[in-house]
Amino acid sequence: MADGSIGLWTVPLAVFGGAIRVSTPFLFVSLGECITERSGRINLGLEGTLVMGAMSAYGISYLTGSPWLGVLAAGITGALLGALHAGICSLPRVNDVAVGIALMLFGTGLAFYLGKPLIEPTAPRLPAIDFGFWSDIPQLRAALRINVLFLIGLVLAPVLYWAFRTTRWGLLIRTAGESSDAARAMGHSVLLIRLRATMVGGFLAGIGGSFLSLFYPGSWNEGLSSGQGITAVALVIFARWDPMLCLWASLAFGGAAALGPALQSVGVTSGYHLFNAAPYILTLAIMIITCSPKRTLTGAPAELSITR
Amino acid sequence: MSSDVADSADAVAVAPAADAGFLQRHGTTIEYILIPGAALAGALVVFGIFVALFGKNPLDLYFYMYYGAFGTWFSWQNTLTRAAPLILTALCTALPAQLGMVIIGGEGALLIGALSATSMALAMPWAPPLVVQLAMICAGMVGGGMWILLSGALRQYRGVNETISSLLLVYIALAILNHLVEGAMRDPASLNKPSTREIGAANMIGSIPGTDVHWGLVFGLITAILSYILIYHTTFGFAARVAGGNIRAAKIVGLSVGKLILTICFLAGACAGLAGMVEVAAVQGRTNANLAAGYGFTGILVAFLARQNPLAIIPVAILLGGISASGGLLQRRLGLPDASVLVLQGIIFVFVLASDAVYGRIGFLKGKS
Repeated sequence: MADGSIGLWTVPLAVFGGAIRVSTPFLFVSLGECITERSGRINLGLEGTLVMGAMSAYGISYLTGSPWLGVLAAGITGALLGALHAGICSLPRVNDVAVGIALMLFGTGLAFYLGKPLIEPTAPRLPAIDFGFWSDIPQLRAALRINVLFLIGLVLAPVLYWAFRTTRWGLLIRTAGESSDAARAMGHSVLLIRLRATMVGGFLAGIGGSFLSLFYPGSWNEGLSSGQGITAVALVIFARWDPMLCLWASLAFGGAAALGPALQSVGVTSGYHLFNAAPYILTLAIMIITCSPKRTLTGAPAELSITR
Repeated sequence: MSSDVADSADAVAVAPAADAGFLQRHGTTIEYILIPGAALAGALVVFGIFVALFGKNPLDLYFYMYYGAFGTWFSWQNTLTRAAPLILTALCTALPAQLGMVIIGGEGALLIGALSATSMALAMPWAPPLVVQLAMICAGMVGGGMWILLSGALRQYRGVNETISSLLLVYIALAILNHLVEGAMRDPASLNKPSTREIGAANMIGSIPGTDVHWGLVFGLITAILSYILIYHTTFGFAARVAGGNIRAAKIVGLSVGKLILTICFLAGACAGLAGMVEVAAVQGRTNANLAAGYGFTGILVAFLARQNPLAIIPVAILLGGISASGGLLQRRLGLPDASVLVLQGIIFVFVLASDAVYGRIGFLKGKS
């Protein structure tokens, strides 16, 4: 069984493998943003959180030699940035979209500043589980080398789906998102609920960033994330704030993002940059198809400023 | 933060000899200068503490920032050269803001404007320079305008959020630019840095006499002043501000909000497209990936710091142009990474937004109602 025998199958196989590999940051950011938006606030700063997460994970992994401590550090960094966002947004008359843009610039700037000495050294990476051990085809084995973080994300999506529906915390978050008056009438502090939701969202987005620097592509440089964070925020909107739909949408996105490198590997190089823009074009296309000027989106939290 | 406000407030309160009437009559205007100024000062203090954590002397930092931005005639020219595109990209955010829209895709419109202007110049090698330059201006403005018009149209006809769509369009614009620059439009002679062919020295717009500052600054000033007149002294601008204040009221009095959105978005994109044309025709001379230098993103900050007022954009753009101009000096003299300018911009942005909470709350500026 030679390599050549799978021929053009390389492309769908690489897209499949890419869907799993590339989708992980999308998945974590979109699940995090899902929690934040369900509580009635939008955090556009997750792009900055993602880059900060990637940088801090790489730095801590390099310094301590443990990539899992790096993942934890990325999560904590993300939660702190989330707290900053929520803290500023809880001041009166402050627009959450604008604060998100500010934190996007701040997060990327800070990550480039602190990450300058990290471009050279190599940090220990996260391990992968080899699910393709039964196969002789190297491409298939490469596609099935799956990272543990992806599996965690895979479990997290249904857990969140369940938690939103049945737990007390899920109900509180949804109440804050649907009607802050109702939440206040129940005796809960809306600002506190949103602070926690934004911090959890930032935590997950930070972990998504750690995947970028510690597994795939697996190094730290300033071009590491180009809009994955903001794409994931858009993804939540057409996933209708449903964690399970976030999972499927992330996989579709990962596949689209893997298309460019996959085609390049079989010798199609002409439209490389255009194929790399596939996730953004796909996001825009899906938003065009699913949005409507006539009605607000089904499933949209009523307090969310971006859908009003 | 709040202590800064109080400090500066005291300074002003002493100055006009406790003329309470004056303070209250001009309370809003004073607030618009005082609060962003205090936010800026607060951000500088926090940035000073930040660099002090890395063992640098904050006083050195402030000195080199001032010296690199406004200290010499050379640095003034550098500052003004950088302010020119910032004025134009800030207008790309400030004009739609009158309608309550948050457009953050100025960078994309700048790139498309640059690409259109370059294509136009390369398509007419026979024409005299003045004709080429005018054609480039038109092409840049139309290209950039159509790009942001796309966001406006998606908002108007499909209800797609304009903030997210305009940002996604930045990445798409960058992909188109890279695709063309490395493919169809590539100059075979550009080996290391894929670029288009040069537009030719004769077609460059050159500098204002007696300076090294290019004419793009004048384009920026004129555009900002025209935008101010459009927004505050025409029926169109009044309609836009009414629609931005209350969209239902605007519909009830019969304004066609859709037309306003599309026109404003086109004009906004045209400003950023003009910035792209200026960068090509005055600085780069060709189109390549260097154009994605972040002017579009800094422009968002300029617009917010100027509270979306086209005239206030001019000084704010010069200020932020100065900050980015001093970046090189900070790198050489203090050994700070080039990203330190980005960090400072981020801190300023956060402070300016947080300061929104202070408006109307400074006791001595309020009337006795």
